Amino acid sequence: MLIRIWGSRGSLPVSLGTAALQEKLVKVLIAAAGKNIDTETKARAFIAGFPDFAVSHTFGGNSSCVQIDNGNGEYVVCDMGSGARELGNSILAAHGPHKTHSYHVFVSHLHWDHIMGFPFFAPAYRPGNHIRIYGCHEALEQGFRKQNSIPSFPLEFDQLPAKIEFVRLAPGTRYEIAGMAVTAKLQAHSGDSYGYRFEYGGKSVVYSTDSEHKLEDLGETEAFTAFFRDADLVIFDAMYSLADAISVKEDWGHSSNIVGVELCQMAGAKRMCLFHHEPIFDDERLTGIWRETRRLEEITRSGAPLEIIAAYDGLEIVI
Amino acid sequence: MQLTDRTVGNALILVASGRIDHASAESFRAALQPHLDRCRAGASIVVLDLSGVDYISSVGLRVLMLAAKQVRPQGGNIAVAALQPVVREIFEISKFNLVIPCFAGVREALAELSPSALTALGTA
Repeated sequence: MLIRIWGSRGSLPVSLGTAALQEKLVKVLIAAAGKNIDTETKARAFIAGFPDFAVSHTFGGNSSCVQIDNGNGEYVVCDMGSGARELGNSILAAHGPHKTHSYHVFVSHLHWDHIMGFPFFAPAYRPGNHIRIYGCHEALEQGFRKQNSIPSFPLEFDQLPAKIEFVRLAPGTRYEIAGMAVTAKLQAHSGDSYGYRFEYGGKSVVYSTDSEHKLEDLGETEAFTAFFRDADLVIFDAMYSLADAISVKEDWGHSSNIVGVELCQMAGAKRMCLFHHEPIFDDERLTGIWRETRRLEEITRSGAPLEIIAAYDGLEIVI
Repeated sequence: MQLTDRTVGNALILVASGRIDHASAESFRAALQPHLDRCRAGASIVVLDLSGVDYISSVGLRVLMLAAKQVRPQGGNIAVAALQPVVREIFEISKFNLVIPCFAGVREALAELSPSALTALGTA
């Protein structure tokens, strides 16, 4: 399975500003001094090998959108944050405007940052495309229709040419969708959110964002440990530090890198992907959190290693 | 997880040992609670000597957060001291070092929070 991150940012899309970009350029130019980098090939190789991730990369700014590609030709997507725009454009670029596809969209919840990309999802504007939107919320269809209507958007939902269906799922029930086994789980978040576990060909990936954990609740801890059990990848809401998550931001519906590592270690997961990045954090801060999380995993490891990955827009993960 | 206590001046020094994890956090909370109730303005500060603690989980840290939330409105104070390297790193990664004052040792904690208790410790 191939997992592509189209949007990794939490709450609100952000953009790398000019000042931050110029800071990166300054650091690269200083590091390149005297290294005879006079061709594009040499420059690309230099950047590819640059030791500081926060300089050579940006975590990007699109809100939640993750594609799960099991190679069967159908598109499986978790959430329709602003990253969905680039996903849709990439599909059109790859296949042209006339080829039609089936899309399976799994919605964690209906907060705006998780659905705001749908009005800009180009496949919705192509007749013949079939888009199924799955979710556990009663207001699933209402949420999508509401944002895709005047005066919030110039085009009414019913004017979208694609065939669009809404499919209500029951948490805890195992479904066969797009060739995969899919199970949803209720999560603690304002208005509820749902995580999804996908299993295909002996591999499993869990998409679990906008989820607050209170591990002092042993029942909850056991339930999430079971949900994450032996997963090849857990995409985890690590928006806040633990100190913030259980003090000033308690009950804000998000979690921390510390809790993510603990749950994944208890579950025997193989990889954890830090996701739903705090929009006020810049690349340096997020790189630091990634580094600290790897260190935490290292010093608390009691079994097999848990690989720590940090999501960024454009990242591809093979499991 | 074990917790022993001794009083030095207006300071209550609690010495914890073992792992404070999901299995033991509740017993840690229960052992801590009676001491927190005594930690009031003019009465005492609590210094947790963690030199014998080799691991603390998020649930253990939450117990400390709740302890701080209780004693500060009472006019008391709480600090941790003598953290083992792994525990110190967990405090730093979780940003708990920004929530609860961390000191190299009990003496350093008392020097900052209660010089009179430090004097009492020196004569004890």
